[in-house]
Amino acid sequence: MAWMAWTLPTIVFFVVIGCALLVMTVLAVVFPETPRRGLLRIETTRGDRLFISLLGSAFICMAWLGLIGAPLWWALAVCFLYAAAVFRWV
Amino acid sequence: MQKTVNQKAWFLVLPVFLLVAFSAVIPLMTVVNYSVQDTFGNNQFFWVGLEWFSELLHSERLHAALGRQIVFSSIILAIEVPLGVFIALNMPQKGLWASVCLVLMALPLLIPWNVVGTIWQIFGRVDIGLLGHTLAALGIDYNYTQDPLDAWVTVIVMDVWHWTSLVALLAYAGLQSIPQAYYQAAKIDQASRWSVFWFIELPKMQGVLMIAILIRFMDSFMIYTEPFVVTGGGPGNATTFLSIDLVKMALGQFDLGPAAAFSLMYFLTVMLVSWVFYTVMTNLDKKAGL
Repeated sequence: MAWMAWTLPTIVFFVVIGCALLVMTVLAVVFPETPRRGLLRIETTRGDRLFISLLGSAFICMAWLGLIGAPLWWALAVCFLYAAAVFRWV
Repeated sequence: MQKTVNQKAWFLVLPVFLLVAFSAVIPLMTVVNYSVQDTFGNNQFFWVGLEWFSELLHSERLHAALGRQIVFSSIILAIEVPLGVFIALNMPQKGLWASVCLVLMALPLLIPWNVVGTIWQIFGRVDIGLLGHTLAALGIDYNYTQDPLDAWVTVIVMDVWHWTSLVALLAYAGLQSIPQAYYQAAKIDQASRWSVFWFIELPKMQGVLMIAILIRFMDSFMIYTEPFVVTGGGPGNATTFLSIDLVKMALGQFDLGPAAAFSLMYFLTVMLVSWVFYTVMTNLDKKAGL
């Protein structure tokens, strides 16, 4: 795996995403759900909301980096708030 | 009624899962790893954190390429969509000529992209190309290798030639699905040609036009081969779109770190648009009760 040039932060990043996917799978099996309509007037499941959260977070981090600059810890906090809002209302 | 539960079908998905893992997921992970490191070759990497992302977000070069990309996509959409609808409205509805038109319209779509580029590269040359030579004979100073405006016109006309058919064919399919009863009702009401278009044909084409616009947007946003073959991104940087700039950075300068960060931001943008595309489409289908 040396050719993939792994670093600890990127390992952590992918492990977190992998765990999130795993949790979603387990939740889907244990507590099946029906899609719901929220703020955006589109049908979403938990998986959709996770996707919207992750994609939105990427853009929040890019915007923070472009407008304010590193470090991104506060951007991460904004991402968590955003994700919570997505899971609650979208 | 008791439903039988059988999850064995998941094993049928396994080959695709493995294939995607090797062709997409592992390379993408590698790109993420590259984007936070610097390398001087020899597979030695040095941690730089978010430096490349920060640099690129403030890079004039990237902003300029993004600007050109947005202008390019906007222009070709503004031309191809109305033109495609216009062509579809004027195509014969049935009979031999309908088939002939369909085949002729489909031809540009079948030509490989690099061949399209080569065709236009030769077509536009002043010494041996029909277009370039004719324009020169008419006294028009046309040279796509020297003049940025000529290069832009060539690249846009090429894209319009290549892809308007797609919009036209989709719009044509949308028009064919409108029941005759609508037209008869319009006739009884003595509706004008414009009213028929505005109140019957356009609303009925909404779904396919949405597909056409989003496909064309995404394709033009990722365009590489055709402008690369025709202009190589020049003159200067006049037609250097995002993907051309990316390849220059990754393979020309061998700046793997910045190129990886660039790819990721590019990928995220395309993913956002694809998601909007997918969401809009599936919700349109649900509204239509499909």
